[in-house]
Amino acid sequence: MDFGLSEEQEMLQETLKGFAEKECPTTRVRELFDAGLGHDSALWSGLVEMGIAGLAIPEAYGGAGLELLDVALAAEVLGWAGMPGPFLGHSIAALAVAAGGSEAEKKAILPGLASGEAIATVALQEDDRGFAPGDWQTRFAEGRIDGTKTIVAHASIADRILVGVAGGRFAWVDAKAQGITLEDQGGVDRGRPIAKVRFDGAPAQLLSGGLDASERTLDAASVLLAADAFGAATRLIELDVAYSQSRQQFGQPIAQFQAIKHAIARMATEIEPSRGIWWYAAHALDRGHADASRQASIAKAHVTDRAMDMARQSVELHGGYGFTWECEVQMWFKRIMFDRSALGTPEQHRERSARLGGW
Amino acid sequence: MDLTYSTAHEAFRARVKTFLEGWPLKGAEAERPLAEQEAIFRNRGIEAGFVYRHVPKRYGGSEQPRDAIEDQIIQEEFYRAGAPRDLTSQGAGMLVPTLLEFGTEAQKARYIPPALRGEESWCQGYSEPGSGSDLASLQCQARLEGDEWVLKGQKIWTSGAQRAHMMFGLFRTEPNAKKHEGISYLLVPMNTKGIEVRPLREMTGGYEFNEVFFDDARIPADHIVAARGQGWQVSRATLVHERNLIGNPFMMREAFQDLVELARSRRRNGRPAIEDPSVRQRLAEIEGYVRASETSNLRQFSAAQRGEMAKVMRPVLMNKVFSTDTMQRIARCAYDLIGGDGVLAPQEEELHGWGRRSTPSGWVLQYIFSMGPAIAGGATNIQLNIIGERGYGLPRDLHRGK
Repeated sequence: MDFGLSEEQEMLQETLKGFAEKECPTTRVRELFDAGLGHDSALWSGLVEMGIAGLAIPEAYGGAGLELLDVALAAEVLGWAGMPGPFLGHSIAALAVAAGGSEAEKKAILPGLASGEAIATVALQEDDRGFAPGDWQTRFAEGRIDGTKTIVAHASIADRILVGVAGGRFAWVDAKAQGITLEDQGGVDRGRPIAKVRFDGAPAQLLSGGLDASERTLDAASVLLAADAFGAATRLIELDVAYSQSRQQFGQPIAQFQAIKHAIARMATEIEPSRGIWWYAAHALDRGHADASRQASIAKAHVTDRAMDMARQSVELHGGYGFTWECEVQMWFKRIMFDRSALGTPEQHRERSARLGGW
Repeated sequence: MDLTYSTAHEAFRARVKTFLEGWPLKGAEAERPLAEQEAIFRNRGIEAGFVYRHVPKRYGGSEQPRDAIEDQIIQEEFYRAGAPRDLTSQGAGMLVPTLLEFGTEAQKARYIPPALRGEESWCQGYSEPGSGSDLASLQCQARLEGDEWVLKGQKIWTSGAQRAHMMFGLFRTEPNAKKHEGISYLLVPMNTKGIEVRPLREMTGGYEFNEVFFDDARIPADHIVAARGQGWQVSRATLVHERNLIGNPFMMREAFQDLVELARSRRRNGRPAIEDPSVRQRLAEIEGYVRASETSNLRQFSAAQRGEMAKVMRPVLMNKVFSTDTMQRIARCAYDLIGGDGVLAPQEEELHGWGRRSTPSGWVLQYIFSMGPAIAGGATNIQLNIIGERGYGLPRDLHRGK
């Protein structure tokens, strides 16, 4: 019994944090945020070189052979750093193929994802329907797919798309193939540009995994979004602490006022104890525990909701400056908005956890 | 990360479970008053090495090697079985660890064994009418006359003083020293002439805490723990022990399960309340906090086992506020679920401790009682100072230390 990280896991986080501090300081986060591309090829290459693109891909296919927990730990650091890039979608696609793909499919797909030769993303959400495997109506027939997906992050830079299709299965698509049309949807988090993707008879390969494998993939995605939001929230606490110590009013740093000190202590107390929720959920999925799906939904609902509450208070704590475009807080605020709303709101995940709990 | 238990720890759990088959007591023993039954079982727990594991055998403990996982297994299994384990009274929970750290050999030998057995009960003499959060401003005086301390002044919010044999308390012994350096930690027999205990009635309707008046009460000079003027440091250690008592994830999980049962049994719009979408949302949101508490605690156990407590300093500082808030969320949700029954008064027999959660009036009491932990053992506002200052390096309050 040891509910803690291994030395390797701590090292992974430290190394990644060091890379982010050096290559993606707040000034760089800001430049990329304003540019709105959500991607920087130098940063992505750096992550690929560190093995981050293939963390959970088995070594036999060129990856690091680690687990979802390790991917989540990386997501936490990237959330903390506010680093834009296709990490989440790429990782989710890799996890889906690694978990549900046949030997031939893994061989064909995974090495390219691990080496960074191809960037992948996921297309799950459908308008008016939903994000869950049971909601998907996109049709697969005779090697082609038809349908429309929305909120596909990083669609414009992706080389491959993992598409959820009717029956709760996944299809694998070359993003540059015929029959695929992208329509930019903007995106509140400028680190994650999103698009509507229409498939009109686009050539696709149906993956072997069934509905169960798709559900596990969605659970993994929930955990990764929770971890990302957790990292972003801890960064906001750091920003709050720093600002409250430098900003002076009535002749003293505002941190000296209990109204501010207590607000920060409260915010931290809302978020810090929830670290173990997503650790546990990730580990439960890695080990195939019976309650893993329920834990994933609890993690997604709780962590992203607490992070969002915290982000709102961070804006308030920064006063008029907090409401400006210039203030750094908004970048992490919007990152958390994405984490909270994508792939199921807290309300949806709470209902799911209630159902899975037999209530 | 590994959530499986080692073979050794699995075997340990099996031993604990086998031992717990002995509770409740059977046969003639089961006929005895509950307090006696608990004492019998607790003594067996000491012999078996499951109770008072970190107290040396010569003082009545079972002196086991430190193993945080074993501690956790015991906590979990004893809680599940509802079996009596270490007393968490002021004596066993707070005085004993303090004496182990600061007491003389004679004090340890004299006071620890009866405190562990619950034969000598203790109360805590800290707060005064003018000294609450600013505890170090306390004025209750002890002056040395020959070989006696002469006590004069008043303590307040003294839980259990009406039953206690002894008090550990803070008294000003060096009136000319600086605020924090003029305080000593004294051990006061409650039957000393010149001590008067007056009960205070709580908002629950019960009588648990008291005022204690000292009118030239005389106690022996050697009833001091550590040196003169060191009482403040000694008491800081005690408060840490008190806060540790308050965060108990198993207690929280049990309260949450009771809440879910309540939602199953109450009806809304002709259906079980648990089928109501707004109730489901609320329960699921509260469970998020319960899970946070459980996993945070598990993380702290593992950090203790690894000898890496520094890594979990922040969650440790947060335990009290977090568990207090979560128990309040549970109580508030239950209070809404009982609907109009929320106007019922708690029953006389429910007035002890947290109250039963099997009746609407029991939940009414829980709703009222859940205010208590936000105040006792360092009010939430003070805890937030500690989290901000020690956890996140925010500046200390301007006037503290003066």
